[in-house]
Amino acid sequence: MFTNLKRIVDFATNDFNRNKGISVAAIFILTITIMLVTSLLFFHGMASYLTSQIQNKIDITAYFVDGTQEQDILNVRDKILKMSPNIKSIEYISKDQALISFNQEHKDDSVLAQALQEVGDNPFLPSLNITTNGNPSQYASVVNILQTSDFSKLIDKVDFSQKKDIIEKVYSITSNINTAGLILGVILIFVAILVVFNTIKLAVENSKDEIATMRVVGASNWFISGPFVIQGIIYGLVAFIICIFISVVGVYLLSSKIEVILPGFNMLAYFLTNWWIFVLIQLGFGAGVGIISSFIVVKKYLEI
Amino acid sequence: MIIFHNVTKIYSPDSFVLQNVSFEIKKGEFVSIVGKSGAGKTTLVRLILGLELPTSGEIYFDDVNLNNADDAKIQQVRRKIGCIHQDYKLLPKKTVYENVAYILQVEGKNNKEIETEVPKVLKAIGLEDKVNNFPNELSGGEKQRLAVARAFVNHPDIIIADEPTGNLDPYNTYEVISLLRKINATGRTVILATHDREVINKLGKRVITIENGKIIRDEVEGRFII
Repeated sequence: MFTNLKRIVDFATNDFNRNKGISVAAIFILTITIMLVTSLLFFHGMASYLTSQIQNKIDITAYFVDGTQEQDILNVRDKILKMSPNIKSIEYISKDQALISFNQEHKDDSVLAQALQEVGDNPFLPSLNITTNGNPSQYASVVNILQTSDFSKLIDKVDFSQKKDIIEKVYSITSNINTAGLILGVILIFVAILVVFNTIKLAVENSKDEIATMRVVGASNWFISGPFVIQGIIYGLVAFIICIFISVVGVYLLSSKIEVILPGFNMLAYFLTNWWIFVLIQLGFGAGVGIISSFIVVKKYLEI
Repeated sequence: MIIFHNVTKIYSPDSFVLQNVSFEIKKGEFVSIVGKSGAGKTTLVRLILGLELPTSGEIYFDDVNLNNADDAKIQQVRRKIGCIHQDYKLLPKKTVYENVAYILQVEGKNNKEIETEVPKVLKAIGLEDKVNNFPNELSGGEKQRLAVARAFVNHPDIIIADEPTGNLDPYNTYEVISLLRKINATGRTVILATHDREVINKLGKRVITIENGKIIRDEVEGRFII
């Protein structure tokens, strides 16, 4: 068993070395396709980051009736959290905090400052600023809770209706980006698998007379197909090593440039956080497609 | 050793390659199968090797019925047969040494045995200086001698030679036929499929003549008559 396995590996490495042209072509195609899959993973990371950033910027604010006690507002906050599990964050902004924020935001605007002085008193209302995961139906459900619960008499107004269109538009755009990305990804991966399969098919077809001869001399199916499958593994491993090297260098060189286009997105951190996913996908895709393609193609020639 | 019992092979309804062919080949015989091109000689060889199944009838190799033998059984049968073909069917990406060694590796022989046996056989057929050459670096005669070496290295029970001299000049033809006679002299069965009249007439052995897929003659000391 061990002797046979060693022989199969020896046959595979010999064939790999003796068919340099075919080996280089197969590795090149595999490298291109693995890099395509890797790029899709990076795009997925960037798209997710972009959509989450947009969704984080969308919120609804519940303004409380002037004079509502802070403790009552905090109680309402706790009740909302209990009733709606999809809430990402809920922040209490007091009258004073609202005024300070307004002043800071408009410190260079003398007209607004003067208008505020003329009002005299602090015109701002205490509020709760609520963010969910971006789905408009979840915002609607939170608004429904705010408007129908027993504490709704404390609430002066909810600004959801003003933002509803924007929320729906953003959600629709992000959903479309995700769906289009998924469809495009599946199509590209399918095309990539077909290209690799055909390259390996060409490599094996080059040996079809050899396979016929091996059958005539009584070689077992595994003894015949083993070297081709091992060659598939070698193609995949070499392509993986090349791809991981390109990925590391690419991330190192592009990280700062991507951050300019997409502020806050650290490509290097994303790569390092998802390191094992990258390795598994590159290795799995490279070796997996290599092995399966070789196996299927050789099997065709082994049938009587 | 090999029994064909009413074997018929049809590729398409109007193309009978073999029709009700029956014969028996005993151990140690030298049998020539002759016929024009397309008579069915190669199909007969492929049926013995289990590369094709008969449309009807039965084929036995020793006690194995090839009609319903599984892959493992067929592979065992093939290992008992050494094959020589007109187009040599060598492994182009393996060296002369590796081509011969492959047969022993298929049988699971250990490396020591392979290292002893292969050089001995290569020396016997005069290819000891070409061990590291690839088949495309050999002449036609050398390729056929290598095919003979490969067919004989594991001392199979039977040698099947399908038009082995088709691509050879008279000198190399004589060499290959001499090698087959020597192999037969060691007690092994040899089946020679050919349409080379001169070779058959000089042999003076059993001849089975096929015409249009049927056996028209089976003589113990036959001659090439078509």
